[in-house]
Formats: sequence, structure tokens, C-alpha cells
Amino acid sequence: MGELRAYAALGAAQVRSATTYRTSFLIELFGNMGATVFDVITVLVLFRVTPALGGFSLAEAMLITGLSTAGFTLADFAVGNVDRLKSMVRAGTLDAVLVRPLGALPQLLLMDLPIRKALRVVFGFTVLVLAVAANDIDWTPARVLLLVVAPVAAAVFFGSIFVSSASLAFWWVDSGEVGAAFTYGGRDFTSYPMSVYGGWFRGLFAYALGFAFVAYQPALVLLGVPDPLGLPAWSGFLSPVVALAAAAFAAGVWRAGIRHYRSTGS
Amino acid sequence: MDQRDASVPTISRIGPFRASIATFGALIGSGFRRYATYRQATIAGTFTNIVFGFLRCYVLLAVAANAAGQRPAGYTAEQLATYVWVGQGLLAVIGLWGWTELADRIRSGDIAADLLRPVPPLAGFLAVDLGRALHGMLTRFVPPLLAGAVFFPLHTPTRWQTVPLFTVSVALAVVICFGCRFVVNATAYWLQDARGPITLWTLSAGVLGGLYFPLRLLPAELTVALWVATPLPSLLQTPLDVIAERDGPALQAGLVALQVVWAVLILALGALVQRRAERRLVVQGG
Repeated sequence: MGELRAYAALGAAQVRSATTYRTSFLIELFGNMGATVFDVITVLVLFRVTPALGGFSLAEAMLITGLSTAGFTLADFAVGNVDRLKSMVRAGTLDAVLVRPLGALPQLLLMDLPIRKALRVVFGFTVLVLAVAANDIDWTPARVLLLVVAPVAAAVFFGSIFVSSASLAFWWVDSGEVGAAFTYGGRDFTSYPMSVYGGWFRGLFAYALGFAFVAYQPALVLLGVPDPLGLPAWSGFLSPVVALAAAAFAAGVWRAGIRHYRSTGS
Repeated sequence: MDQRDASVPTISRIGPFRASIATFGALIGSGFRRYATYRQATIAGTFTNIVFGFLRCYVLLAVAANAAGQRPAGYTAEQLATYVWVGQGLLAVIGLWGWTELADRIRSGDIAADLLRPVPPLAGFLAVDLGRALHGMLTRFVPPLLAGAVFFPLHTPTRWQTVPLFTVSVALAVVICFGCRFVVNATAYWLQDARGPITLWTLSAGVLGGLYFPLRLLPAELTVALWVATPLPSLLQTPLDVIAERDGPALQAGLVALQVVWAVLILALGALVQRRAERRLVVQGG
């Protein structure tokens, strides 16, 4: 109970600090949304010159983009700030977090709850809702369930990517932008049909790392379209399983990282 | 016997012009060395550039495969691949994102020390940025291009003037990008906190600079308007269109000429903003 109160206090402090400098907060609120808006605009611009992308129409592609964006923005809102870990490891300020009798990861996330990213989540889900409306989906109970589960699973998956790639800093302090290849790169990758990509690149990102199950496979189930790449129809329902596997992996990497951590001593 | 002693070289000895050239050169060297120390970060950044190169290249090739005549906005598939991979290489050279040094120094007040130096801030920061770009050109430009050349068919320039023109275009893009970042950062003189303008810059530079997609995919009037009315397409779109040989020789050279205009304008604006800010600072701080 006391622990929960402590977490609540950390969260409340964040809300207060975010709303203190109101202009700056509003600029960041809209600025953050802008980045996500441009991602969606990019897809629209591409469809200006082509009727189909990887065998999918604009409405169908938007469903994939919507699932990916909704999941990514939710994950970025909840755990995206874990990428500050590298500066904390470098500066040695992680020690202060570790000596407190609370979990290191929840503290780290609540120390800087990015309320400025809230509008982005709203936008992400708006795109998803519009994309669902634009497609003529043959609703069944299983599809309704999938539509509810898929964005959450996508968020869990992206959250795991955020935690895993931030944990790199435990071993490689100057890991710099490597994490971005998998977090923001993963978002861009999952925004398009997998049939767009080719070769070992698709094999690695889509199937070995599991990014295909974030948005593409669930979207195929919702649309009732067979996978041009040949996976069976039920593979869309694997998205929560893949997300849980990713979460387990991330938890393992995080724990190993914390154990490996040696303070800078400063 | 050589009469030179250890004293500071006087201006009369080598002349004021040569002295300022020497200072400028030394600052370029210091910028180069500063970025050469972040070796791991260079590797990390290159890796990420390459991953994004694969992403963008596959997506644009899929666009080309379905577009009318397989030439979206007048690019062949090879030209699009060149556009993407040279773009990933140039990203770190022109330094589109992440420069807040001037704004930070204004906020902390360190800028007062810079004003005492014999080199004006605009020239000083420009020299360091040129050193940074030179380091980027030597370390960050080639790896993505190699990766692209190994995995995708790229368009190789066919005109003799393309490569020299591209070199000039990149140099101009570096100067224009620096000028834009300087002006955006300099808003901190008035706002104290330049986070808003910097956020706006980060957003618009990526999209309207031609990184996310070639601007030619937009309606033609909009593309022309952006090119003429803003410096943003001169950052990436121009050098990339030059190397991809998207246009005829005349337009190719014309785009670089437009860059010259923007480089002059933006540096003049930077100098003007700095002068106004200094006058204000003197009034404020005495």
C-alpha cells in the first residue's frame, strides 16, 4: 500500500511540474503530436502517386498504419522515457534511483511521465478509428476482440522494444542512436504492409524480431484478406503471444542490465 | 637567426586578413576533433542511418513498382534508391537535428563570454560546424552509400558536372542548415527558452527538407512554392535531386544557384539577428 502511495506521489509531482510552465507545455504537447501527424501524412503523400502499396489500397494500408501508430504512441507515452537511461548511467544518477526501496523501472518511468505526449496517443487512436471506419470490415466476435486486443498488444510489444534498447546503455554507454533503429525504426517498419519489404531485411525485422505481428497480421485478419506472404489466417491472433514473449525478453534484459550495472562512482 | 619569440603573433605580422583565415581554420579543426572523439556514437549513428535507409528504400521502391509508368514524380527506381541512400549519408553531414548549443549558452549566460572573443559568434559557430560537417563527410557519408550500393541498384551519375555540382550543393546545404539552426537558436535571446522554435524546426526540417519523401511527390505548385519561399528544400532535396540527376542540366544548376541565394540570405539574417540581440543584451546587462 505504502509503495503504491509513493508511486502515486511521484506521478502527481509530474503532473504539477508539467503544468507549471504552461506555454512551454502547450508547445511540446502540439510539437509532439506533429511528429506523429507527419508520419501519417507521409503515407497519404505516397498514395498520391501510386494506387497500391505492396498490394494494399490506401484504406487497407491506413488500417496497418493506424494499428501501429496507436500501439506506438501508447507505448511511447507509458515507457518511452526509459531512453533517458543512458544519460543516467553516464552521469551516475541512476544510483539515486537504485538506493530507494522501490522498483527501479517504475520509478524511472514516473520520474518523467511525459504528459506532453498525451495528445499523440489521442491522435494515434483517432487514425485507427478512422481507418476502421474507412474499411468495410465483416464483423465477427473474434474480429471485435482482436480490434481491442491488437493495439494493446502492439503497445506492450513497442514498450518491450523501448526497454530492451534502452538497456543497451548498461553495457554500451555510448549506444547513442542504436535504440532508435528499433523503436522509431520499428514504428516506421510496422506502418507499412510487410509485402513492401524484401530479402533478409524482411525476414529479420518482420519474423525474427516479430514486427510483422504488431499491425500487419492483425490487420489482415480484420480485413479478411489472405496474407500475400503465405502465413495462415489465424496468425493475426498471435499478436498478444508475440507481445508477451517480447515483454519477457525485455524483463530479462532489464534485470541482467541492473545486475551488470557498476556505478561510475562519481 | 630567427628573431621570432614566443609572444602572440601581432596583427601586423601576417596581416589581419590572413590572421582571421588562420583563426577560422583553427576553429574548423577544433570542430573536427571534437566530433572525432565520439567514435562509438559515430558507429551507433551510422547503424541507425543504414536501418532507416533500408526502410525508406523498400517503401519508395514499392511506390515506384505501382506508380504510373513506374516513375513516381519523374524518378526511376534507381534514382529513388540513390535519393534514399545518399540522403541517409547526408543526414549527419548537414546536421539536421539536435543542435541547441547557442540556445543553451544564451540561457545559461555563457554567451557573454563568447561576445568578448575576437571572433563574432556567427563566424565562430559556423567554423566549428564546418569542421563537424567535414568529420561527418569522412565518417558518416560513405557507409550508408556502400550499404545501399551492395543491396540495391543505384543510379550512377552520367553527366560530368553532376559530382562537382553535388559537392558544391552539399557545402551550401551545410551552410544553409547551420544558418537556419543559428537563427532558430537565436530566438532564445528573446524567449529565454527556445524549445518551441527548435521543436518546430525539427518537425519542418525533416518533412519539408525532403527526408521523409521526395518533395516532388507533392503537387507541383506546392513544391515550387516551398523551394522558392523557404530554405528547407535546399537542405536535402536539392543535393539529392542533383546527384540523382532528376532534372536536366539547366535546372540542376539552377537549383544549386538557388541554394547560393539562400546561403547568402540566411547568413545575412543570422548576422542581423545577432546584431539586434547584442544591442538588446547591452541595454539589458549594461
